[in-house]
Amino acid sequence: MNKPTTNRAGHPLDPYLRAERMPHIWCSGCGLGLVVNCFLRGLIQSRLALDKVVVVSGIGCAGRAAGYINLDSFHTTHGRAIPFATGLKLANPELKVVVISGDGDLTAIGGNHLIHAARRNADLTVLCINNFIYGMTGGQGGPTTPLTARTTTSVGGNIDQPFNIPYLAAASGAAYVARWTTAQVVRLQKSITEALLKNGFGLIEIITPCPTYYGRMNKQRTGLEQMKYYRDNSIIKSGIDPKHAGIEFNGPIIVGRFVD
Amino acid sequence: MKKDEVRPDSRQVVIIAERCKECGFCIEFCPKHIIVKSTEINSKGYHPVRLNDEAQCTRCDICGMICPDFAICVVDIGEQQEIRGQS
Amino acid sequence: MTERKYLTGEFFMSGDDACAEGAISAGCRFFAGYPITPASEIAERMSERLPEVAGTYIQMEDELASLAAVLGASWGGVKAMTATSGPGFSLMMENLGLGIMTETPCVIVDVQRGSPSTGLPTLTGQGDMMQARWGSHGSYSIIALSPDSPQELYDLTIRAFNLSEKYRLPVLIMTEAATGHMYEKVIIPPMHEIAVVHRRKPAVSADEYLPFKPDADLVPPMANAGEGYRVHITGLTHDEQGYPAMTAEAQDSLVRRLVDKIERNRDDIIDLEEDRIDGAEVVVCSYGISARVSRIAVEQARREGIRVGMLRLITVWPFPEDRIRDISEQASAFVVPEVNYGQISLEVERCACGRAKTVLVPHMGGGVHSPATILEAIKQVAR
Repeated sequence: MNKPTTNRAGHPLDPYLRAERMPHIWCSGCGLGLVVNCFLRGLIQSRLALDKVVVVSGIGCAGRAAGYINLDSFHTTHGRAIPFATGLKLANPELKVVVISGDGDLTAIGGNHLIHAARRNADLTVLCINNFIYGMTGGQGGPTTPLTARTTTSVGGNIDQPFNIPYLAAASGAAYVARWTTAQVVRLQKSITEALLKNGFGLIEIITPCPTYYGRMNKQRTGLEQMKYYRDNSIIKSGIDPKHAGIEFNGPIIVGRFVD
Repeated sequence: MKKDEVRPDSRQVVIIAERCKECGFCIEFCPKHIIVKSTEINSKGYHPVRLNDEAQCTRCDICGMICPDFAICVVDIGEQQEIRGQS
Repeated sequence: MTERKYLTGEFFMSGDDACAEGAISAGCRFFAGYPITPASEIAERMSERLPEVAGTYIQMEDELASLAAVLGASWGGVKAMTATSGPGFSLMMENLGLGIMTETPCVIVDVQRGSPSTGLPTLTGQGDMMQARWGSHGSYSIIALSPDSPQELYDLTIRAFNLSEKYRLPVLIMTEAATGHMYEKVIIPPMHEIAVVHRRKPAVSADEYLPFKPDADLVPPMANAGEGYRVHITGLTHDEQGYPAMTAEAQDSLVRRLVDKIERNRDDIIDLEEDRIDGAEVVVCSYGISARVSRIAVEQARREGIRVGMLRLITVWPFPEDRIRDISEQASAFVVPEVNYGQISLEVERCACGRAKTVLVPHMGGGVHSPATILEAIKQVAR
């Protein structure tokens, strides 16, 4: 029975993190740290020069990602990460600009910028972390909340159809579109490397557990339960028309690389 | 060499107990199911994980990839600490 | 097509075009904007001229994106600008606050039109002056310049960029439809004669560099993205390292510095034009297009024997409080013509503290005052 060994040198990813700010703000069972983990591993695989990689985040739980990554990082206003990133990229095309933000930030208040950046095929890599609700502000419903799902602003069940984000991005003109859940860590890393190395507008939707709000209000009390759900209900259908990759409440989750 | 005997390797699982938030991801997703909650309590009040049968560990680093808190990872104990990214 | 890289010489040019040329002379190499009367010509000119000087023009999907892109470009190491009018200016307020909080140099031109709301798109207004000062949420200081001619629009755009780089914040140019759409002679000096200021760069290594540790003038040296400094920039209240700091102490030191770095450097920033104020009984205080019209009324009043001084605010913000206070000791009244229902007049009144009367000469928008109206106000208060 050996005691947990604490490594003197810390975690190998610490040099890529603002390690002095750990442990991070995200709840136990939240998938956001996992997404940052996969992003860093995908970034390392891409062999890009780190001094030329910039992370831009908006507002929300996912918006805090920029603050934990040891790169030039910008934590901008709600919904405006993508246009900020567009300006940054145009001013210095040598930079690889990555937007890491949440579903509310990117598809609600920032929706207009998302579709226009895709239309322009702006050379950005966007990680759209979808936990189905607004986490930071307390679990309110958003544009990706599945029909009938409960949230703190739809206690009787959400009455709106959610966006199909891959379909939205593809229809707007994105050059790379994929969706994974946080249960497919290996595929997610690989997809991030692909998106990083592909020119043009790349978007990866990452379905992520939110135990504190979405899970608690929809009978998946822990992040682990949501992770198990993702593992057991994801269906990989790379290459299909993302039109058919809509999300239904407690239905199957179609994942894969849809546009490349 | 017995089927499940793992040859000695300079890579080893390391755990940063202070960062663990007891989410259970690594416990569930470890293919060998050799990660368990320890009885220790870290300063945030969580039980950090520990390996209960290190010999079975294949150093696949799924635990390292799936951990949201950068609290567990396979590390090369040799001189150069290389990341077991998805190659 | 003649080589038009750097224009030099005398031109007959609109204010909007002169503004674009001023930006180019100042080293601006990025413009992100959205069409809006009466500022679209600035965007049009930039879309044509920036590629000629290896710059970038991008038309964004709205004004929110326009200013966001400008802030991003600035952090990419390029001098950046946008131009809009009232409705767009209102949409830019949140990101103006981001620019203030992250101390991002850039220039925002507001070619004011009849307001509120859609108002009088093609006609003159000066109704955004208080919005320029307090439009974003929170306590902060801003710099706003107000030209009264195409030539000054050219000159003040250069000054706006220099001030934004020196003090690291968005600097506003508050002009109007009349000035923007007016054609007049504009002299553009040779490039080497134009004094251009660049943001102060860090003097220490990346390890020691603290992005928000100020120098003596309260302005921190600025590292751009891609220079290896691994800066973290956030709109959250932050410490000197740029990391979020959710404490009253961090808020106190940061917000005080953001305000003090402008207020303590007023002497360097404030720019006034004065004409026979000493011994004046009445002082006409105005800015932008209204100041131009006022000059005619002032000269007429002098012909009629009234001792009238003229104070033109070239910088409207920070407001020249001390100067107004001094003048109010010896003049009996201020006459404040402006194309709104009383905005800068409130500031004049605040600083005059009742020592001198403050008489607003309002114009609701859609045109400029007739000199006679201003003259009438001068006469009334002079009796």
